[in-house]
Amino acid sequence: MKYESQRVAMPYFIFALILFAGQIVFGLILGLQYVVGDFLFPEIPFNVARMVHTNLLIVWLLFGFMGATYYLVPEEAQTELHSPLLAWILFWVFAAAGTLTILGYLFVDYATLADITMNKLLPTMGREFLEQPTITKIGIAVVVVAFLYNISMTALKGRKTVVNIVLITGLVGLAVLWLFSFYNPGNLATDKYFWWFVVHLWVEGVWELIMGAILAYVLIKLTGVDREVIEKWLYVIIAMALITGIIGTGHHFFWIGPPEYWLWLGSVFSALEPLPFFMMVVFAFTMINRRRRNHPNKAAMLWAMGTTVMAFLGAGVWGFLHTLAPVNYYTHGSQITAAHGHMAFYGAYVMIVLTIISYAVPIMRGRPYGNSNTAQVVEMWGFWLMTISMVFITLFLTGAGVLQVWLQRIPESGEALSFMAGQDQIALFYWMRFVAGAFFMAGLVVYFGSFFIKGQASPAEEVRGPATADA
Amino acid sequence: MTELQARRPAHLPGDIAVWIFIFAELAVFAIMFIGFGIARSLDPDTFHAGRQALHPWTGLINTFGLITASYLVALSVHRLRDRKPGTAALLWAGVAASSIYTFGKLWEYADLYGNGYNLGTDTFFMFYFFLTFFHFMHVVLGQIILVLLAVKVKKGDYNGDDMNGMESGASYWHMVDLVWLVLFPMLYVLA
Repeated sequence: MKYESQRVAMPYFIFALILFAGQIVFGLILGLQYVVGDFLFPEIPFNVARMVHTNLLIVWLLFGFMGATYYLVPEEAQTELHSPLLAWILFWVFAAAGTLTILGYLFVDYATLADITMNKLLPTMGREFLEQPTITKIGIAVVVVAFLYNISMTALKGRKTVVNIVLITGLVGLAVLWLFSFYNPGNLATDKYFWWFVVHLWVEGVWELIMGAILAYVLIKLTGVDREVIEKWLYVIIAMALITGIIGTGHHFFWIGPPEYWLWLGSVFSALEPLPFFMMVVFAFTMINRRRRNHPNKAAMLWAMGTTVMAFLGAGVWGFLHTLAPVNYYTHGSQITAAHGHMAFYGAYVMIVLTIISYAVPIMRGRPYGNSNTAQVVEMWGFWLMTISMVFITLFLTGAGVLQVWLQRIPESGEALSFMAGQDQIALFYWMRFVAGAFFMAGLVVYFGSFFIKGQASPAEEVRGPATADA
Repeated sequence: MTELQARRPAHLPGDIAVWIFIFAELAVFAIMFIGFGIARSLDPDTFHAGRQALHPWTGLINTFGLITASYLVALSVHRLRDRKPGTAALLWAGVAASSIYTFGKLWEYADLYGNGYNLGTDTFFMFYFFLTFFHFMHVVLGQIILVLLAVKVKKGDYNGDDMNGMESGASYWHMVDLVWLVLFPMLYVLA
């Protein structure tokens, strides 16, 4: 850690991981509710648990992105953060608002929550993933704008690097697209457009810029490969992400009422969306093969490689599985979507946040060359347990989805099973998914455990070939 | 050609990154072309009727503009490599020649739109408007790149020593031209 103010990333990472644990707990509750429908009813009904599971994911990833930004922007810009105090204030504001919102979901019924937060004045609630009360949405907007101010001031006064430019572009995009969540037209088809402008253009647009920038930063640090090479890759990857991802939004427009040409545009462009993810895999592995140093933080290296592979599989391959309009006609909103959602979020965004945590946290804890070997081995056990569990969660959900489509969607009407009758037939897959989920939880516990292992710190790095002055 | 090869060792003109980009772009267009072929085989009448509404002469003039621009850009690359004067002027001439295409295309859009055709008319016009407009945006980007190259050459940032930037920009431009050479017969003649 070169600048003292980078340390402000620490509370963001810690809080992100706490919320991550909460998300997994609710994931397990949901997994069980799929097969034991009245589990925890009426205290925590399925719709509430689902809302908490997905909202926690979004909020903890935002905390992770902010932590990553506070850590890497000053180092890239070679200057202290503009205002560490502001970063701390924003942390507490965001943490308090996030916690209150989740508690609101859990302890007040949703209609009452809408009432007491005065949703009537500016109705924005009631839409999947954007369930937050309007006041929370405003809070998120304010926090993000102040955060961007702090970061931009830092970046502007220091060295301008491609990593910083791409990261900040992604974050500005995140903030701007968030504004669509305040627009809630009465027409349901129109509403869906704007809803996707937030949901899709975040995860298949600007978040890919954020992911690319964090990955590039970590690879620069871990491999010592020339910045110019890494920057060139980053440019090509984000260009592809935007070319395919923006018009790729069309794959959500197939059945919501817009003109027919979206069937073509959505299919073609989203068929190409795996490309930037594939390029990230090639990018990471090429850079690591060409590395000029063997960084002793092997765990961070594993996360960096893992995130590209899992993002390609989850977002790329599993997305492509059901993205073509003639296929999506049958699979839309089935468990195949859930399979894709799980692996894509884990691979692309959970793992990139865990990558930067794996790299940065040991440094902030005074271990510049990474944790002790024992701690790294435990962390890598956590990596494999969580990642393999997620592969199985995805496979079981895919099995459930294929069977669901077969029973419920393919047959002629009249012969097709009803939704609930179909659910009974795929219960075995749900049980297996629950078991895989329990293993994921175990992996998370092991991962958390790795933070508490001391042991001897890693020795200094071993340099391969000529070292670079500033990697 | 043999003379050129004898003079210079074989190399990839321009940066590897721009080639990855070019192949990705070509992949996008290739998938759209395949989609066009499939859609046409499913409904040849609509495609035939749609083609009748287009103006093949404007298409031909546009093709002429783009090919001329490509020739001028290729000449400018050679001028720079051989350290002869006139590189920037040739690039500007390329921008001017390609403007025949941009204005021709805008006129066609205005004409078709005025006659009631748009993206939602039928499958043929969906492909026509989307493919040509997507390509149009590439031409505009290409023109911006040519202008940037011309400015850099004028400022002396580019000389014959390092051809990377110049060759990268020119390669991108030729890709844009190549795509049109498929688009033109596909939409105006074969559909």
